[in-house]
Amino acid sequence: MTEPVHRTLGMTDEEYESVVRVLDRTPEPAELAMYSVMWSEHCSYKSSRAWLGRFPTEAPWVVVGPGENAGVVDLGDGWLAALRIESHNHPSFVEPYQGAATGVGGILRDIFTMGARPIAVWDPIRFGSLDQPRNRYLLKGVVAGIAGYGNAVGVPTLGGEIEFADCYSGNPLVNVMALGILEREQLVLSAASGEGNVAVLLGAATGRDGIGGASILASASFDEGSGAKRPSVQIGDPFEEKKLIEACLELYERGLVVGIQDLGAAGISCATSECAANGGMGMDVDLDTVHLREHGMTPGEILMSESQERMLAIVRPEDVAEVLALAEKWEVDASSIGTVTPGGALRVFQDGALVAEVPAASLSEDAPRYERPRERPAWLDAVWADAPDVPDQVDVAGALRSLLDDPALGDRSWIYEQYDHQLFLNTVVGPGNDGSLLRIKGTEKGLAVSTDGDGLRCRLDPRRGGARIVWEAALNVAVTGARPYAVVDNLNFGNPEKPEVMWQFVEVVEGMSQACEALGVPVIGGNVSFYNETGGVDIHPTPVVGMLGFCDPMPPRAPRLDRAEEGMDVWLVGPEHLDDFAGSAFARVVLGNEGGRPHDADAEAGSTVIAHAIQLAGWSPVLHDVSAGGVAVALAEICIRSGVGAVVEAADWRELLCESPHRFLAVLPPEADPSDLSPIRRIATMGGAAIDFGRYGALPLTEATEIWRNALPRRLA
Amino acid sequence: MTIAVVVFPGTNCEHDVVHALGVLGVSADLAWHRETDLAGASGVVLPGGFAHGDYLRTGAIARFSPVMTEVARLAEAGCPVLGICNGFQILCEAGLLPGALVANRDLRFVCRPIHVRVESTDSVLTAAATVGDVLRIPLNSYEGNYVAPAADVAALEEAGRVMLRYCDPSGAVTDPANPNGSMNAIAGIANAAGNVAGLMPHPERASEEILGSTDGRVLLESFVAAATAIPAGR
Repeated sequence: MTEPVHRTLGMTDEEYESVVRVLDRTPEPAELAMYSVMWSEHCSYKSSRAWLGRFPTEAPWVVVGPGENAGVVDLGDGWLAALRIESHNHPSFVEPYQGAATGVGGILRDIFTMGARPIAVWDPIRFGSLDQPRNRYLLKGVVAGIAGYGNAVGVPTLGGEIEFADCYSGNPLVNVMALGILEREQLVLSAASGEGNVAVLLGAATGRDGIGGASILASASFDEGSGAKRPSVQIGDPFEEKKLIEACLELYERGLVVGIQDLGAAGISCATSECAANGGMGMDVDLDTVHLREHGMTPGEILMSESQERMLAIVRPEDVAEVLALAEKWEVDASSIGTVTPGGALRVFQDGALVAEVPAASLSEDAPRYERPRERPAWLDAVWADAPDVPDQVDVAGALRSLLDDPALGDRSWIYEQYDHQLFLNTVVGPGNDGSLLRIKGTEKGLAVSTDGDGLRCRLDPRRGGARIVWEAALNVAVTGARPYAVVDNLNFGNPEKPEVMWQFVEVVEGMSQACEALGVPVIGGNVSFYNETGGVDIHPTPVVGMLGFCDPMPPRAPRLDRAEEGMDVWLVGPEHLDDFAGSAFARVVLGNEGGRPHDADAEAGSTVIAHAIQLAGWSPVLHDVSAGGVAVALAEICIRSGVGAVVEAADWRELLCESPHRFLAVLPPEADPSDLSPIRRIATMGGAAIDFGRYGALPLTEATEIWRNALPRRLA
Repeated sequence: MTIAVVVFPGTNCEHDVVHALGVLGVSADLAWHRETDLAGASGVVLPGGFAHGDYLRTGAIARFSPVMTEVARLAEAGCPVLGICNGFQILCEAGLLPGALVANRDLRFVCRPIHVRVESTDSVLTAAATVGDVLRIPLNSYEGNYVAPAADVAALEEAGRVMLRYCDPSGAVTDPANPNGSMNAIAGIANAAGNVAGLMPHPERASEEILGSTDGRVLLESFVAAATAIPAGR
């Protein structure tokens, strides 16, 4: 017996019954195709929606919160910033170059759909051990794809962050975040208002590529046959996107667009139904007018195609000619494919025949919502009991050798030097520092950005781990002089049908929410990626935070890691918990232990430390967040980047390797006395040719530099 | 006096060049690649990016854009013409400069500040600099590896038409300091008359202290001085 069509489209029997109820009849093939994609986990957030309302989303400076293509905040003087994060995990595993490339393309469309010019991209990525050839292939392919698309489309990539763990071996994570800026009057939303207005499809021709990307790839777990899903991966064309960006920005500038929506997951079905539903209207769509890449496509294929580099603009009838002429100037294909109608029905025609008629809003609003069962994992107690067995004495210099050689802690320039990170002349602090800092030309304003995640700590305690990554991201923007201003999040999890995974998800959301509330920072958007599971193995719960910081004015000379000089003092700011080793790099790399329970964030201490960082950023040559690898690694990075050693005064080796949160290093001129910024203490003096830990050993700077620089290249050669 | 900054579909450094010229107090206008008359300009810049997507080969399609006939005419008439990165690649494809830019030695895109040494001041790119100056300027390219037949390279060297050479921070030309494998570590060259020049590094990215270096200014100032010296409207 052959499988029912809805199941091959990734739909359950119950969901199929719901479609029948909504339509009050059996769906036509094209209609079923539309529902299967729009009701997929990827498009509908059916497993997560019940919990996402927990996030604090309001602040006086929020212009557009979650739910639109990107979150938008007010920067004063008529300036707005748009921020959005997405994942392209599954496509990148199946085809790393195109998966990563189209991730960049998609996130950029989310930004310029809002009327903003995209000005920077960040890529947080996760892979399995580089000892395995397949993981090396994936890393190289993903980096090449980000570079190949991002550089050519003409938007700088300012970095991101990277971690390695075995759980990502069958399921790498490729997240991508983009930032745009715009002037207030250019803000556009995705609502199709005005009966008789015309829907104009702009950009690439529609082909058979990427069909079922959302439902088949992004919303299901992987098994051995995943290679066969390669045809569901889309192919990117950065040149087409570059032209589309410029064309759309000029359309906005001339005021020719009433509403606009990019075509991403679920293609035309999603764009037309969302535009219509958001405007409280309906739409008639004529598939014969869609410019196609190939003949003989069925209505379902045209509606579901995820061909890249396409936008749907809603245009007044009298402006259509001007819109088409402008598209022609930018050498972008365009066709009028639909008309806004009253009544809320999305009607699709082909060859004059009605092939689909559905309530537009039902594709999004009637999507199923699941409150899936949750259960604290039974294995967690054993993991907590397996805390790192910390020795009495440690050769810190020897430990530092191992830490600097870890691919997640070593120099990442092998990756970011493949990305154009300077285009647009905004990059004041670039990759290789804690947070990026961009200027807004013609103003004194600065935007700081950091992406942070910590899969291992979130596995050990999802609530604490979730809170800590928010605090870490906040400190990373604070050390550039910016105050934490808005958050987007990408929640990468395993199979939500497992109660343990759902429990992890809800705990992470709670921890992140508490941290955001304590910081007074709104969540303005996010994305959920479930089913990161291959062969029954779920990834670590891996939320990734994108933190936007804002300063006005920018510090005159923002701190960077390479500005320490001989004779300067190194101060450690923040509270210390010398027993916080669970999930630390020292435990993982040196002790080979990945157990225990990490300390929780401390909202009061965290806020104090962030205020100190912002104050010090106004005049400190170097500020550096203390995170993976503790003070030892943070100081070594300063020494290596500045080309000068340091003499450390430590009473207890644990001061140098523990990873308690809310700490940073400040390198200050010798005459400076910041001791009123409590808790603070002087821990080292810059100078000499070694990183000298006294009785805990010394590592020559040349050797430290060599190890650190080669950590990634030697594994990828 | 105004400078035309040519925009092909896929060009992306045009606003950066206009901004950097603005920092020098010079106004510049964008010129779309379908334009055929740039007679009002005293100088022409072909900026970086991916003209026509760099499809087929860098510059291979851009050389056929309508504007290039006019660029060639102005070059012939002695107007200063500067190609930066993709612009350099296009000038080579168009035959206005010799040689070609091929994939980097390591087959990876390179975006980082590098050092170049000024080898000659006989061009619109280097007239205001001093021979031996070491400049720290960002490089940003995949096809930055300069190649030409050995005899052509020898002729370039003989005629003093190599303007910039990759070097280490002290000015020494070494193999590790050559970021892309360019023959003779060539980073920038000029035509025989010195009015057409191309380079792979991006001087507009090194024209403000806040971005980390102002070493590119002397190159842009050279170009602006040359453009100022000739009358527009030829």
